[in-house]
Amino acid sequence: MSSAAPEVALEISGVWKYYGDFPALRDIAFNVLPGSTLALLGRNGAGKTTLLRILAGLSKPSRGSVTIHGANVREESTRRRIGVLGHGISLYDELSAFENLRLFAKLYGIANPARRIDEMLERTDLVRVRDGLVREFSRGMRQRLAVARVFLHDPEVLLLDEPFTALDDRAIAVLQALLNDMHQRGRTIVMSTHQLREALEAATHVAMIQRGQIVYAGERRQEMVDDTGWLYRTYGEN
Amino acid sequence: MYLRQVLTIAAKDLRAELRTREAVNASLAFMLMILVLFSFAFDPGNSDVSIPAIAGGLLWIAYSFAAALALNRSFARELQNDCLDALLAAPLPASALFFGKALANFALLLAMEIVSLGAFSLLYNVKILAQIWSLLLVIALGTWAMTVMGTMFSALTVNLRLRELMLPIMMYPFLVVPLTAAITLTSDLLNGTPLGGNNILWMKVLLGFDVIFTSLAVLLVDTVLVG
Repeated sequence: MSSAAPEVALEISGVWKYYGDFPALRDIAFNVLPGSTLALLGRNGAGKTTLLRILAGLSKPSRGSVTIHGANVREESTRRRIGVLGHGISLYDELSAFENLRLFAKLYGIANPARRIDEMLERTDLVRVRDGLVREFSRGMRQRLAVARVFLHDPEVLLLDEPFTALDDRAIAVLQALLNDMHQRGRTIVMSTHQLREALEAATHVAMIQRGQIVYAGERRQEMVDDTGWLYRTYGEN
Repeated sequence: MYLRQVLTIAAKDLRAELRTREAVNASLAFMLMILVLFSFAFDPGNSDVSIPAIAGGLLWIAYSFAAALALNRSFARELQNDCLDALLAAPLPASALFFGKALANFALLLAMEIVSLGAFSLLYNVKILAQIWSLLLVIALGTWAMTVMGTMFSALTVNLRLRELMLPIMMYPFLVVPLTAAITLTSDLLNGTPLGGNNILWMKVLLGFDVIFTSLAVLLVDTVLVG
């Protein structure tokens, strides 16, 4: 989270986003170091999802810029390096689990896709429903398949928007195991969340956003973990 | 790689459509319904009415109305489960996404139009085999024009609440020129006039429209989808 770092995974410089006249993001600027896990915190409507969508290249900033490993996020080579999990599962109900993953494996140009798909289905405990249509899946199975999709191409940078919300226990366990694995392998993770305890325990860095502005960006401190209300009391409005 | 991505998107759309048959069933039924209703209005047995002279108009009205129904689903399908976000985050150019969708739409529309052409021939007692290859060429070029405009406006209206209404309102004014060309050429062919001579200008218009608007769509689709 230091601008003096020799290399940054994500560089966010003076990002503004307007919806009409309303500034949803105001002059957001911070860096994310490679291998760090950033918890992006803030109340509902603070601008977390807007910022994550800009980081993912799904929306363009009105002003400012975002680079991932020095490259524009809309470049195809950059998008190959990122994995995005938004609010939806981003899977097709009419396709089977295997067909859904094969679609994204082809789009990401994964070598030996069948082996990688089977590996991810195994890690998410979905092998037995490999050829079942997603529309016939339970909610938990759909969520685990969504997790498998995000990790399928082994992204270097993960952008997760409230990843634990609405997940069942099994999906949470699968996601946490995959996130731990990614962190140990030096991948960069940015996740917005309302589950402060889990996020702060996993995070190496924290950014807090309030009314579209960053009010804290830095290393995670022990008092944040010991008292999850500390951050909001210290840097928040209330 | 680009072609593979285009074909991957097209195959995905076709597979999903053939499993649900949402767009195909509605559009084909609508297309046939229009042809049947017009057969009541223009009695094919009445010698005062020259069916080949109005055949082009009849066919393309049915085709273009049904196309609006089918094309509306093109990007709307991606809203379910936020699939569009995953496609936009994936490393494929927006133009590959557009071409993949356009290709799937074109294949579906063309298949429905060929089925309807057979039904039209039976209902109106019109001989279509004499100029069948030229007819299929005109139908293909006219359908590509509708597909390009419809897929583009489907992307543009995907986040609108009234997209079912907005797509035809935005699409049809742009289709006046290619539909005029396709109608004229189709009527000529069904009257027994081959391509060439007087009607070659309309063929050039149709071809030119396809080239120009396909190029424009490729240039604009990233802006339309990401802003």
